[in-house]
Amino acid sequence: MSVPDPIVEGLARGWKVVDAALVTRDRDIECDVVVIGSGAGGGVTAEILAQAGLSVAIVEEGPLVGSTDFRMREREAYPRLYQESAARQTADRAITILQGRCVGGGTTVNWTSSFRTPPRTLAHWSGAHGLTTMTEAALAPWFAKMEERLGIGPWGMPPNENNDILRRGCQKLGIPTGAIRRNVKGCANLGYCGMGCPLNAKQSMLVTTIPAALDRGATLVHRARVTRLAFDGNRVVACEARGVERNGAAPGAHRIRLRAKHFVLAAGSIGTPSILLSSGAPDPHRVTGKRTFLHPTVVSGAMFAQKVEGYYGAPQSIYSDHFLDSLPVDGPVGFKLEAPPVHPILAGITLPGFGTDHAAWMKRFPNLQVLIALVRDGFHPESVGGQVVLKSRWPVLDYPISDYVWNGVRRAYLAMAEIQFAAGAQTVMPLHEGAIPVTSWRDAKAAIEGLPMRALHSRVVSAHVMGGCAMGNDARTAVVTEAGRHHQLANLSVHDGSVFPTSLGANPQLTIYAIAGRMAANLAQSLKA
Amino acid sequence: MPTRRQFIKVGIAGAAVLATVRWLDRSEAAPTANHRFLDSGSVVMTAALVPVVLAGSLPEESAARAQAIREVVDAFDRAVSGLSPLVQKEVDQLFSVFRYTPTRFAFTGLWAPIEEAPAAKVAAFLTRWRHSRFEIQRAGYQALTQLIQASWYDNPSSWAAIGYPGPPRLP
Repeated sequence: MSVPDPIVEGLARGWKVVDAALVTRDRDIECDVVVIGSGAGGGVTAEILAQAGLSVAIVEEGPLVGSTDFRMREREAYPRLYQESAARQTADRAITILQGRCVGGGTTVNWTSSFRTPPRTLAHWSGAHGLTTMTEAALAPWFAKMEERLGIGPWGMPPNENNDILRRGCQKLGIPTGAIRRNVKGCANLGYCGMGCPLNAKQSMLVTTIPAALDRGATLVHRARVTRLAFDGNRVVACEARGVERNGAAPGAHRIRLRAKHFVLAAGSIGTPSILLSSGAPDPHRVTGKRTFLHPTVVSGAMFAQKVEGYYGAPQSIYSDHFLDSLPVDGPVGFKLEAPPVHPILAGITLPGFGTDHAAWMKRFPNLQVLIALVRDGFHPESVGGQVVLKSRWPVLDYPISDYVWNGVRRAYLAMAEIQFAAGAQTVMPLHEGAIPVTSWRDAKAAIEGLPMRALHSRVVSAHVMGGCAMGNDARTAVVTEAGRHHQLANLSVHDGSVFPTSLGANPQLTIYAIAGRMAANLAQSLKA
Repeated sequence: MPTRRQFIKVGIAGAAVLATVRWLDRSEAAPTANHRFLDSGSVVMTAALVPVVLAGSLPEESAARAQAIREVVDAFDRAVSGLSPLVQKEVDQLFSVFRYTPTRFAFTGLWAPIEEAPAAKVAAFLTRWRHSRFEIQRAGYQALTQLIQASWYDNPSSWAAIGYPGPPRLP
């Protein structure tokens, strides 16, 4: 196949890249800024700092893998490109978390959905969390800039059947839907975004900002897990990392020590707080790792007479915010409706049950249609999210699902079933261990009202980990300032989704790009001054 | 729903039993030559769980079926080795519970080893765990079934039966 691979080409041009799993001696690296994490926050930050003429080193826990190795196979992609083989779970195992672990982070494996931060979310951040610079007007230029940089725009092809069923079902019921904008250039509508784009059409960090930073002389250290930050008073003096193989359980024998004037944490909402916690970073008000949000996501399956083929075509192209917009943000919990890609492993492990009942659904796999509801957590006093803690030095997210969230889950099951039947479903089944397939909306309604809302009965997943190092102007409740600067450590910043004070109510990549971009531009200016 | 007797059995005995298992299992068996995680005992137990979890999905013909079960066990091993050390430890504990008759009986109701128990009895214990009031049993059920399901549907030889044509050719 003759798709040019920008990683192979960049390496041939002489990029400075260190595979930490293969180093044979201790290494020391000096630079102006160390960026920990290469996802949405780290990628944007690295490019902007490198453009400003600063010397940058990027440290990434996952491997450097390019399009040559993206073969659209779940069995290869999940262990290689995701945290804990795409089976990371909350402490009680009730929520499965899909989180990237590779160069480009989540952006290498996400489904390309691009939303500006919902205005109501920004208004809540201002009203309830006292943020002053996160306004629509102030962020608009950064949204525009990142949209331009990453090819974000309307998607020109018709939605695949899996998404179109969401559109048609909502239309029948008078529920408004919208078209999802995507960060793609030359997309062939394959449907395998979650396994790494084999055409480099997805404008992830892997093919945009990271190559740009490396072309400007940045260093990339991959397969390197940061074990700790070292402090001297209120300054970070070094960051230590070790090589990682497979799941990273056994750290490599050699340490890599990175020294810099400034350090940026962009390791995601589990990684960033866990590095601070394991390093013993000052945290006088014990806020680090608290208020971590997930958009807890529940799933409804439906069988249609026609083929749906949810494995092909842009995975997400239609959404509905009706069940967010029709409620006050701090009222009963709202949810965003979307459709996911439907591939054999994901479907196989998400459908409830086992044996012949499970097999019966899998046998009609091409006719399987799936909707998801992403619950907007963090806007209500009864929705405080979870907490990142360390267990035997391993980061774990403890996220008990509150009754407030469960109430939204039940309404989400109802909404999804009604939409699926309105679009002509033969049978619908909420993906819950107590559910059985039903053939009418009336039966679905009765069955869903009777389902126990309990952990490990309802299948709950998350692809959006947010919060945990909230930004804010009060050090008693926030870890960093609105500029991303740590309240206690003078030369440490956080540039990733962990700065959100709540979840977003929308897929987070574009919000992270815009906020990290603005933080990075400010940082570059202050470091050059 | 679990009976009151089961509640007491699991609730009171559970903690003590897990502690005993941990003590008994301090001499850990090594993975087999072909595996990263599974030892010879857990290979046999996994192979016994596979046809129950995948009933209705595996090939009928006996050689193809035996081959499929072997491949699922190998994929199960690869999958577990890619999980966090904390989850690996829990999977290991599950196998320890299954290995010793008193703990196996207390937790699953199976007197005979899993590999000797009739499929219907294995399915019955998985169903009890599935709907159990104890999170630990529901979590154990989900870990075992999902690992086995993932290990089968990652195998291209499972795709024809479900009508999945596989990834497209690149344009």
